[in-house]
Amino acid sequence: MSTVTAGRSTRNLVDLVFRARELSIVAALAVLVIVTVGVNGNFLSEQGVKDIFLNASILVLLAVGQSVVVITRNIDLSVGSVVGLVAFTVGDFLAADHGRGIVFAVVLGVAIGALCGLVNGLLVSFGRVPALVVTLGTLYVIQGVDHYIAHGRQINAVDLPPALLSLGNGTLFGIPYLPMIAVLVMLAVGYYLRSYASGRDFYAIGSSPEAAALAGVSVRRRVMAAYLFSGALAGLAGVLWLSRFGTVVADAANGWELQVVSAVVVGGVAITGGVGTVYGAALGALLLTTITSALVVLKVSPFWQQAITGALLLLAISVDRLLALRVARVLRRRNSRHGS
Amino acid sequence: MFTVSRRSASTAVMAGLLSLGLVACGGGTTKDSASSAAPAAPASSAPAKADPNAPIKEGLKLAFLPKQINNPYETIVDKAGIEAAAEFKGQAKEVGPSDASASSQVSYINTLTQQGHDAILIAANDANAVCGPLQQARAKGVKIISYDSDASKDCRDIFINQANSEEIGRSQVKLLSEMIGGKGEVAILSATANATNQNTWIEFMKDELGKPEYAGLKLVKVAYGDDDDQKSFQETQGLLQAYPDLKGIISPTTVGISAAARYISGSKYKGEVVLTGLGTPNQMRQFVKDGTVAKFALWNPKDLGYLASYAAAALASGQITGAEGEVLKAGRLGERTIGKDGEIILGPPFVFDKANIDQFDF
Repeated sequence: MSTVTAGRSTRNLVDLVFRARELSIVAALAVLVIVTVGVNGNFLSEQGVKDIFLNASILVLLAVGQSVVVITRNIDLSVGSVVGLVAFTVGDFLAADHGRGIVFAVVLGVAIGALCGLVNGLLVSFGRVPALVVTLGTLYVIQGVDHYIAHGRQINAVDLPPALLSLGNGTLFGIPYLPMIAVLVMLAVGYYLRSYASGRDFYAIGSSPEAAALAGVSVRRRVMAAYLFSGALAGLAGVLWLSRFGTVVADAANGWELQVVSAVVVGGVAITGGVGTVYGAALGALLLTTITSALVVLKVSPFWQQAITGALLLLAISVDRLLALRVARVLRRRNSRHGS
Repeated sequence: MFTVSRRSASTAVMAGLLSLGLVACGGGTTKDSASSAAPAAPASSAPAKADPNAPIKEGLKLAFLPKQINNPYETIVDKAGIEAAAEFKGQAKEVGPSDASASSQVSYINTLTQQGHDAILIAANDANAVCGPLQQARAKGVKIISYDSDASKDCRDIFINQANSEEIGRSQVKLLSEMIGGKGEVAILSATANATNQNTWIEFMKDELGKPEYAGLKLVKVAYGDDDDQKSFQETQGLLQAYPDLKGIISPTTVGISAAARYISGSKYKGEVVLTGLGTPNQMRQFVKDGTVAKFALWNPKDLGYLASYAAAALASGQITGAEGEVLKAGRLGERTIGKDGEIILGPPFVFDKANIDQFDF
């Protein structure tokens, strides 16, 4: 990103622009909410606000995990399948004995997710197979395993311990658990990526894997870690999915990988790696879920909803691209001035 | 959610129910030339005349061939059918493939034919793929009864239709109207906007709502949850926000009704909005017990198996041939008249509530 020659002022400018990227999502979100509230005040009622954050929580978690992978110039398409597998197996595990604790369920879910991430990570970093192909493959493999385990069965809300179900819609001091978990994870990961040397390595790898390797970054280990982390978070998301929806069939979260990638890209994480923050990705996830909710409240015909969501996605990415081109132009001009 | 649509390939109960629906709607909407098709079908192998007073033969050998052996829903249907066979001193068994692919039932049909069964009861995975072997079986005098999911009508003697579209649609409106006292705004939470079975049911619901006895009900919106949990959640939220006076929601899809129930059970709307629709007892048990949902409907799979078993016995004993207008005597279920194309309709959907839900496990 910022070059050494460009100096401090350019760095600030770039920082500002990237913050502007996040701010523009916040602005879009604000406009969306204001317009929707204008039409229907209930959108921001206590229940309405709770719903907005609850709806976004699982996607936010997945987007945070995904952005760590995308920042290293890779992608993890298997997350939807991991959520489905974990939701079903953990549900099955808890249904067998209601005495089994929730903490244990979360640990189990995260462990299964991490295992899937480990396989992805090994194949991508040590097998040197393109991430798109590897994770597309594991998407189907994990889904197949899930279907095999489920064998047409279904986990029903009545099979689950009440404590798990209340994790899905319960609150602490009026704040639902799910958004709380999502925000805590986001802040922790954001702080790590920004403030730790090993966190910066992820960006270095994404900007230029060769340069990072030459600079002594252990590329394989970091990429491995990124997948492990994304898998573990998908595992956590799987447990939360179970607690939120209660009824789970084998194809839960089928197709969610595309939403997660969209949220990450809308949130300003470059698909080419090296750029973006988990805050942006989380905001992207919040924006996308809120768009869906708002269109419903605005009574937009269901036949148009998907088309409108897609158009907004394209718009967001176009604006993003324009912004990036502009920054590049400014940087070039500055650099040439500094150079002369 | 933007472009998520569920590929619900082999998830047994769901896929089963969806195809039930598709079949059911076929029964209600097709306007084939019944006059030419109906007599042609049974003529090939059945005796020329039915003798309604013929006794049911003892020791009939029946075989149930479900879509898939592990499907919990079909297990209930088949078990009830096997129990029914004991009532008329017949023998019945269940065999079937472990996957619900189109051709997986073919080898089972051939084996059952060779084993000399009197009747095969099949829930067809593919209406046409099973047709050839079924025709061969009929040529050897085996009676073919399809249930749950029909085979092409030229390849079987009788189809037991769990409920027709019209009855499903109309009975849902009636059920909701009873629960909200016949007055107020209502909405429908469907699956995808292009689902044929859903749309057929919704058309009949609208038609029913147009009747004078439902003048107090106003349909404000048909929402589509795409059979996706999150989308169904958001659509339910949207309905409740956009229509603060909403009194009732009908969700004729198993994913929709369980998602809506889960959302309402954890929201401030619990107890204020009546939810009903089509669901399975297992997925709805929690919400019936915690008071979110009072009543919902689905056909009774036990009755379906029972009726199919009796139809098989009646066919094999020559009481019926499958021609339109013949009357089937079906034990405790009473009599059913055979409709066009050899269809027998089970009856109106069965209503589940707090009192009876624990008798069912599927």
